Amino acid sequence: MKFAIVVFPGSNCDQDCLHVAKDLLGCEAELVWHGDRDLKGADIAILPGGFAYGDYLRAGALARFSPVMETVSAFAKGGGLVLGICNGFQVLLEAGLLPGAMRVNRGLRYVCRDVKMRVENTDTPFTRLYSEGEVVTMPIGHMEGNYTAAPDVLDRLEREKRVVFRYCDASGRVVDEANPNGADRGIAGIASREGNVVGLMPHPDRCAEAVLGNDAGRKMFESAVAALAAR
Amino acid sequence: MKVEVRVYPKEGVLDPQGKAIAAALGRLGHRAVRDVRAGKVFFIEVEGKDAKAAEADAKKMAEELLANTVIEGFDVRIVP
Repeated sequence: MKFAIVVFPGSNCDQDCLHVAKDLLGCEAELVWHGDRDLKGADIAILPGGFAYGDYLRAGALARFSPVMETVSAFAKGGGLVLGICNGFQVLLEAGLLPGAMRVNRGLRYVCRDVKMRVENTDTPFTRLYSEGEVVTMPIGHMEGNYTAAPDVLDRLEREKRVVFRYCDASGRVVDEANPNGADRGIAGIASREGNVVGLMPHPDRCAEAVLGNDAGRKMFESAVAALAAR
Repeated sequence: MKVEVRVYPKEGVLDPQGKAIAAALGRLGHRAVRDVRAGKVFFIEVEGKDAKAAEADAKKMAEELLANTVIEGFDVRIVP
């Protein structure tokens, strides 16, 4: 089981992801520079958080033209598991591997704190070890996490059960006060139609071991490993 | 030749920056301000003399990169 973690100029969570895959899960894992076109035989590709290309123009807009993205795109279309975290999610949106777009947070501020999310879909390779409706706490740190898409696209995402996480309060209610950025319908994470590509704004990589005070994110990585083992 | 591409939030798409600017203008006493939408302008210098071709090319640039057409509209004009 091998993870490839893509490093764009400006990525800053690549080492966190590498640590989770390698040291916590005991998997093989390798960093892949954005100029490479080779995922080094990995079974799972992670686009980590950060500020690829300084978020110039729009978050993720320039990163999607990196040579490695052609490979990631082909890998995703072939059913490969791809996880985009925060900036990685923004890159997946700009690359068209997931639908929709990010606007600036409605409060116009960078928001860095823990949020609660309800697990809406446990049928993806990255969420199969969670229970449906489970409320998990994960940290966010972003300026553009205000997810939006055309109403018919949002309806389709709901219908096809592709909303994976929603911001919620402690009792799991999706209410506006629990929404840190204004995202449409409280959406924190979504999946591709086949489920193999998942993107989310919160950081499972920053809460994957007890020493950090929270290991709620670890199951996302373990889920992927379990999903591949079950194939 | 110079081409100008304007990119702005589509009508109906929430624009938090525009809203904040509108509120600030109101506080400064510009009471007539009803709404603001904030966008970007790109001044692009291109080679060649064919304005039509430059315009078509700039449109392609906007669709491919300059605008995210999920949330943004754009227009293109040749700067005389």
